[in-house]
Amino acid sequence: MSAAVMSSAPTRSGPGLRLTLALFLTPVVLWLGLLIVLPHIDLLIMSFRMDPSFGDQGWSLENYHQFFAEPIYWLTFVRTAGYSVLVTLLTFLVSLPVAFYVTKVVARNTSRFLLTMLLLPFWVSELVRVYGWMILLRESGVLNHWLMALGITGAPVEMLYNDATMIMGLVYTSMLFMVVPLVSVLESLDDSLIEAACDLGAGPWTIMRTIVVPHCMPGIVSGGIVVFMLTLGNYLTPNLMGGKNSLWFTEQIYNQFIASFNWNQGAAFGFLLLALSSCIIWLGLRLTGQKLSRVVQ
Amino acid sequence: MPTDISPATPPAVSADLSVTRLVKRFEKFTAVNDVSFEVERGKFFSILGPSGCGKTTLLRMIAGFGSPDSGVIAIRGRDMAGIAPNRRPANLIFQHLALFPMMSVAENVAFGLKRRGMAGGEITRRVQDVLERVGLPGYGGKMPAQLSGGQKQRVAIARCLVLEPAVLLLDEPLGALDLKLREQMKVELKTLQAEVGTTFVYITHDQSEALVMSDHVAVMNAGRFEQVDTPRNLYRRPASAFVAGFVGETNVWSGTLEEATGDAGLVRTDEGAVFRARVAAGLARGARVDMFIRPEAVLIDPDGATCVTDGATDGAGDGGDAPLPVRGPCANRVQVQVQAILFDGAASRLLTHPEGSRREVMVALPQNRLYDHIRPGDRITVGWDDRAGICFAAGSGR
Repeated sequence: MSAAVMSSAPTRSGPGLRLTLALFLTPVVLWLGLLIVLPHIDLLIMSFRMDPSFGDQGWSLENYHQFFAEPIYWLTFVRTAGYSVLVTLLTFLVSLPVAFYVTKVVARNTSRFLLTMLLLPFWVSELVRVYGWMILLRESGVLNHWLMALGITGAPVEMLYNDATMIMGLVYTSMLFMVVPLVSVLESLDDSLIEAACDLGAGPWTIMRTIVVPHCMPGIVSGGIVVFMLTLGNYLTPNLMGGKNSLWFTEQIYNQFIASFNWNQGAAFGFLLLALSSCIIWLGLRLTGQKLSRVVQ
Repeated sequence: MPTDISPATPPAVSADLSVTRLVKRFEKFTAVNDVSFEVERGKFFSILGPSGCGKTTLLRMIAGFGSPDSGVIAIRGRDMAGIAPNRRPANLIFQHLALFPMMSVAENVAFGLKRRGMAGGEITRRVQDVLERVGLPGYGGKMPAQLSGGQKQRVAIARCLVLEPAVLLLDEPLGALDLKLREQMKVELKTLQAEVGTTFVYITHDQSEALVMSDHVAVMNAGRFEQVDTPRNLYRRPASAFVAGFVGETNVWSGTLEEATGDAGLVRTDEGAVFRARVAAGLARGARVDMFIRPEAVLIDPDGATCVTDGATDGAGDGGDAPLPVRGPCANRVQVQVQAILFDGAASRLLTHPEGSRREVMVALPQNRLYDHIRPGDRITVGWDDRAGICFAAGSGR
């Protein structure tokens, strides 16, 4: 009997190991295969076919041609890409001082507390947080109420539905994804490097530029990739805070799928967005001299 | 019983660094307590003390990291109060060197020069110069991670020396090296300092580093300077029980003072033996004392004329008024039983117990083959000169 128990126990090599590996890999493979790879293959095929409501017309590049033929599509596309890069840069500029303050300036206990305070709002869903902003900023909102009460403005000002508000909302939404990787790389930065730079005559700006930022590069790039992809693919925040003026490319995709019911066109737009984000991330990695394998660690 | 250090006279022009009545408190703990000293131009000054004695705090204040609660730090006669570390003519070599890992050796060394806005060609020339001087020509293109411990050390020194600071501060930079390399770097640092003529302030807990390299050593304990003196005087004439116990190895014998005239006295140990020894000032007859005697001052088989005692002062005026030695009979003798032979090459010792006592007494065992006959369990006579032992008030060294 003991022999039976022994043989059924997984061994370090041979078929036992392979079985364990297969067992653990199965959910991952199923997840990736069924929920991500298969639907994407289906969408890819769909993007090269025409709307079937007029009957099957075989393979065609018409959906992609449509994108370039109609200025509103590619202008929205370019605008979304540009604003996503801008949001990523702004998020970095806001997050670096925050992360530096949390890790290097305050005492250890305070640092833990501050980090928790940073994480706390993200326990609430994005939708609720965006509505929170809308309550503050809308025409009959809290801010306008105060401005009028203090006599700064005579009539309420519409602060929603413009690009600046939308970008602020996007920065706010994605800030955490930049702060967390920055905090972790900053924690690995030896304080004596900063002190040595100061001792050798460097001021605060030079220390940031020559010591802190180069050290943080892997964290900056990984945070940047996450923020950029989240912003590019964000639908909720541009739609709610930017309104009809937001012209975010995700809205075009949504319109094709839901409003026009042209899934083939929508699929083509989706793949264009995927190609765009891949290109910009590749470019970003090349420019900063980072390797994807190092950044994702 | 720390010696009282009177406030320093106004800094002379030749003093590169002058520290006057410096105090630093952290809440209730006083890290640096009324410390004053001066370092002359071109000298190698060490601050020696156990960990936690406040020496790092003191050094960081000189570099500008942390400001004193009271007192004055002046570099080349200029008060440093309110001057940020990046504007001080002093550079610090950190304990773990703090070389910038993302920069090459040349970029590391050039860092300070670039901050001064020096022209590119001039920077390249000076970097090459200083790398040559520290024995690393052609290493400019390497990354710090590719260097050995000793090479990193030299890059860290080059990075500071290239700025030609008035004072170079070193925070135990040899601590991370292995023993052999440390011995080698000790000599190298000393030679380098003599060559460049920069004033060095070096802190360490390793007495050998301090004694070998320094012109003057300050022994620091619990935030105060116990003694500032030449290495030789610290070793020969410790001013306090702490210095006697911390600098060099020592045997401690507790007893009672039987007689005291001037700085000479007669001690009766707790075992009943009577020894002649030097006595610290302020001790009277009947006082409880600790007698410190170095293993290397204890001679095996003193044959009557081998002991060396103090004679008249040499009067050479070389800083230490060390009396010239004269030969004479050993004043103190005691029978001991050898417990063990601790062989350690040149530092070999005998572990012995005096007759009828469990006290451990270390005796230096010179490796000149005169004493090869000694075996564990042997009874031997040991003796030392009446000026070799020194007494301080009991318990004052802790």
